[in-house]
Amino acid sequence: MAKTIVVTSGKGGVGKTTSTAALGAALAQRGEKVAVVDFDVGLRNLDLVMGAERRVVYDLINVVQGDAKLSQALIRDKRCETLFLLPASQTRDKDNLTAEGVEKVMEELRKDFDWIVCDSPAGIERGATLAMRHADIAVVVTNPEVSSVRDSDRIIGLLDSKTAKAENGERIEKHLLLTRYDASRADRGDMLKVDDVLEILSIPLLGIIPESLDVLRASNLGTPVTMSDNNSAPALAYTNAARRLAGEDVPMSIPGEKRGLLGKFFGRRAA
Amino acid sequence: MSLFNFFQKRTTAPAARERLQILLAHERTNGEHSDLVNLLREEIIQVIAKHICVDGEKVAVKMDKGDKFSTLEVDIELPVDAKIKKAA
Repeated sequence: MAKTIVVTSGKGGVGKTTSTAALGAALAQRGEKVAVVDFDVGLRNLDLVMGAERRVVYDLINVVQGDAKLSQALIRDKRCETLFLLPASQTRDKDNLTAEGVEKVMEELRKDFDWIVCDSPAGIERGATLAMRHADIAVVVTNPEVSSVRDSDRIIGLLDSKTAKAENGERIEKHLLLTRYDASRADRGDMLKVDDVLEILSIPLLGIIPESLDVLRASNLGTPVTMSDNNSAPALAYTNAARRLAGEDVPMSIPGEKRGLLGKFFGRRAA
Repeated sequence: MSLFNFFQKRTTAPAARERLQILLAHERTNGEHSDLVNLLREEIIQVIAKHICVDGEKVAVKMDKGDKFSTLEVDIELPVDAKIKKAA
């Protein structure tokens, strides 16, 4: 049965698109069929992060309006044949994204895919509520920083009230993905720690993605970070998060956490 | 706090944590329900005012969202010499 994930945060710039690409690619690398869907009409970027910006012909709004078939708009990834992208429209008005139209597209995707990963726009307006509307699972992307945590709390409130599941009296599964985490700053007491954020937001932790140059390098190249260098700390962290989404029991580790002196010499690569 | 931190100036993360906890406790209480809470407050004041003279400022309505259930807290402060009106 298809599972629909929304990657959301409220605040912009915390890593929704990066996380959508990385989690989508990691799930597809398990051999499961994945569609990543960009809901950020007018400010699409998932195509760029996925390296498919020059292959976009039709988009989500074309499909919603019946100008193109879903199969025409889906772009198959060149590196992983089970990974597909449904881009957002860059030029059309976002008012063209209707609730009924989105529902139809999501239903069609569910028939054909194992996972549908929706990249939400920032904010709490219609685009964001439409992106979360049909989700079974929400990945709440949060930076260890006050404004991001506050906005995530707001988004959690919306997930519990504005989604189809919530309206049917069901519970939507919510997970915290802590991104841009810097263990050394947290150790020094200058950044909220994992436990602080968990205690404040009180939703289960899906993964901790370290602040890393590898994320920027991957987006420079248009490669999901989980496809660029499988051994980089963020790639490992995202891959483990994807495994947890798929139901595997993977022990949580804090990337870059200070180790003892011996650990520093012997345990370097074991992030 | 480690010995190393002891010699540094005060850290900022605890302040962030505390500010968030206070702010979110407040926002979660009202937040999305603020319209409903205000409406309830108005109507509760009207109902009480029929029978007792009460200061609108002294009526507090609070909604708390919990995991399993939410609570609605209504706190009405009556003056010592509250005048009870005769039922109309």
